[in-house]
Amino acid sequence: MVPISAYLIVAVALFGIGVLGVMISRNIIIIMMSVELMLNSANLVLIAFSRVLNVVDGHAIVFLVLTVAAAEAAVGLAMVILLYRNRETINIDRFNILKW
Amino acid sequence: MSEYIYLIPLLPFIGFLINGLFLGKISRTLSGIIASGLVGLSFIVSLMLFFDLKALPADSRVMEQVLFTWINSGSFHVNFGLLLDPLSAVMILVVSGVGFLIHVYSIGYMSHDKCYGRFFTYMNLFTFSMLTLVLADNFLLMFVGWEGVGLCSYLLIGFWFEKKSASDAGKKAFIVNRIGDFGFLLGMFLIFWNIGSLNFHDVIQAAPTAFIAGGGLITAICILLFVGATGKSAQIPLFVWLPDAMEGPTPVSALIHAATMVTAGVYMIARTNILYIMSPDALMVVAIIGAATAFFAATIGMAQNDIKRVLAYSTVSQLGYMFLACGVASFSAGIFHLMTHAFFKALLFLGAGSVIHSMSDEQDMRKMGGLKKYIPVTYWTFFIATIAISGIPGLSGFFSKDEILWKSFSSQYGHPIFWVIGFVTAGMTAFYMFRLVYMTFHGKERMDKETKSHIHESPKTMTIPLMVLAVLSVVGGWVGLPHIFGVANHFEHWLEPVMATSNHVAVQHALLSSGANASAEWGLMGASVVLVLIAIFLARLFYNKKPELATNFQQKLKGLHKLLLNKYYVDEIYGAVIIRPLVYFSLFLWKFIDVVIIDGFLNGMATLYNDISETFRQGQDGKLRSYATIFAGGVILILFYFLME
Repeated sequence: MVPISAYLIVAVALFGIGVLGVMISRNIIIIMMSVELMLNSANLVLIAFSRVLNVVDGHAIVFLVLTVAAAEAAVGLAMVILLYRNRETINIDRFNILKW
Repeated sequence: MSEYIYLIPLLPFIGFLINGLFLGKISRTLSGIIASGLVGLSFIVSLMLFFDLKALPADSRVMEQVLFTWINSGSFHVNFGLLLDPLSAVMILVVSGVGFLIHVYSIGYMSHDKCYGRFFTYMNLFTFSMLTLVLADNFLLMFVGWEGVGLCSYLLIGFWFEKKSASDAGKKAFIVNRIGDFGFLLGMFLIFWNIGSLNFHDVIQAAPTAFIAGGGLITAICILLFVGATGKSAQIPLFVWLPDAMEGPTPVSALIHAATMVTAGVYMIARTNILYIMSPDALMVVAIIGAATAFFAATIGMAQNDIKRVLAYSTVSQLGYMFLACGVASFSAGIFHLMTHAFFKALLFLGAGSVIHSMSDEQDMRKMGGLKKYIPVTYWTFFIATIAISGIPGLSGFFSKDEILWKSFSSQYGHPIFWVIGFVTAGMTAFYMFRLVYMTFHGKERMDKETKSHIHESPKTMTIPLMVLAVLSVVGGWVGLPHIFGVANHFEHWLEPVMATSNHVAVQHALLSSGANASAEWGLMGASVVLVLIAIFLARLFYNKKPELATNFQQKLKGLHKLLLNKYYVDEIYGAVIIRPLVYFSLFLWKFIDVVIIDGFLNGMATLYNDISETFRQGQDGKLRSYATIFAGGVILILFYFLME
């Protein structure tokens, strides 16, 4: 059996990649993908612990998270389209007017 | 009748309200009639109350009316109370009587002015304040009137405020008076501190037990009150505002700066004579200041060329006489001269106003001359006032001035030096007054053709008050004939209840030595009459018969003439010694303390926070990626913190 630590290492790696993606990428689409990556790393942790502890709560939450993530992705993509229509770019650094 | 005292100040106040609230809404004629009429009514009420007072027996001649409690705070209790006794009766008659005549005169004099209503508003407010001042039964209410007349003086000197010199003169009067008022206030505080009341009656009752006669405390109080009097009554060292006050309309100079307001200081000292009599040192100060002012102002008056300035210095000089009288503890002589002076000086100013009016606002005597035949009524009334002030026997000024001279010689507080100063001053008074008359009314006509064609006698509203005042200037002195004429001095007798304790000494003194001194009094009187006649003769020689003599004389004494013409450079000295350092000190406070230190500190704080904010603001750059980085960094730090525990 694969030890729980292996799952956790993969989850942390995925989460770290997601965070780095958000920090480094200029493309809004890629940022959204990185956010999905972070969500799914959390899902992976939930499922892993569900199996180890033999309870179904984690499974239930993961389904919930997947549903919400799907909805969120739909809304987020719609916003990206609107942003593109306004500025003809999806470079996140161009959307920096929300300051002092 | 005593319940009607309040009407005396109230009537002019009603005039003030009507004229002030309906300014510009009522016609000019109506405004003048209301203003003069109400002051006239006030005079009638004063006259009726005077006769009521006279009907009472001499020792109970006091009427009081407390209208309401004004301040009641702990042990501090002040009523709005009016006090009518022989002293205030004289004052209200002078103020409302002369005031009424001047109001009537103003109807004619101000007829060409565009701010007619405003003028009468101020004049009525002044009359109200002055009557409050003289009728007050306590120091604080007196101070209210005192400040009220000061305010009106400021407003009326600066009446033609478009002219810079007029508004400056107003400010000067106000500020100089403020210095005097400071002394008055301190004196009042000391009185309250030691006696616990400001009511005249209480103070007079308590004074003999509360103070040690001749002690430092009573002297301090008297000197502080006298500082207030020097401010209001234009004595050395605070006389500088009065000559400048001539920037105001001439009726104002007559009413405020000759007849009434400037005598408030004399009135105040006479009112508190019980305190002064307890402090011989303070009396000495009053007498010295009075004599010095009388002398120096008269010397300045001899060299001035502006008709109103001569009269202004003459006023200062005559006020000096009144203080000299008070200083030798002869308060009734001071009040007597106050009254006669109010008549003839008001007449002189109104006559000068009439001259100025006919000369199309020319005030320089060097551009007048020979006016006698053009404006005869003005000339004759002016001439009567001139001989009255000069001290020609039979006229009011002679009796009052001679009484002061005699008292300054004979009183136990007097001294022959005071008499000599007063005597010389009397000569100078006659000289500068006749110089004025000769330069203005006699001799060559020195005005230009344009002005000459406009010369006209003033309208009836102006000449009638002149004539009434001329009569008063003649007969006004007959109420106080000296003892040596073999008749009782009614005026002194009338004021006796108010001055009882103070006059007691003087009266006894006079009785003891009356036989021996009668010849001395005749002699001194004769000497002053001779001196006056010589002075008149000299003035006639210099300014009428041989004008070149006067010019020669001026050439010879060039330095002295320049000194006098420039009023001993007093304004310049005050400017250099007091005002300039004050200005520099203020500049220091402004430019250094305020701008550098206080503003510097506040601005420094603001700059500091601004800089800190600027630094931190850089972090908020609006870029999502940097926010995410900081956020992630924060999460990592928190995680570390928990893991380390």
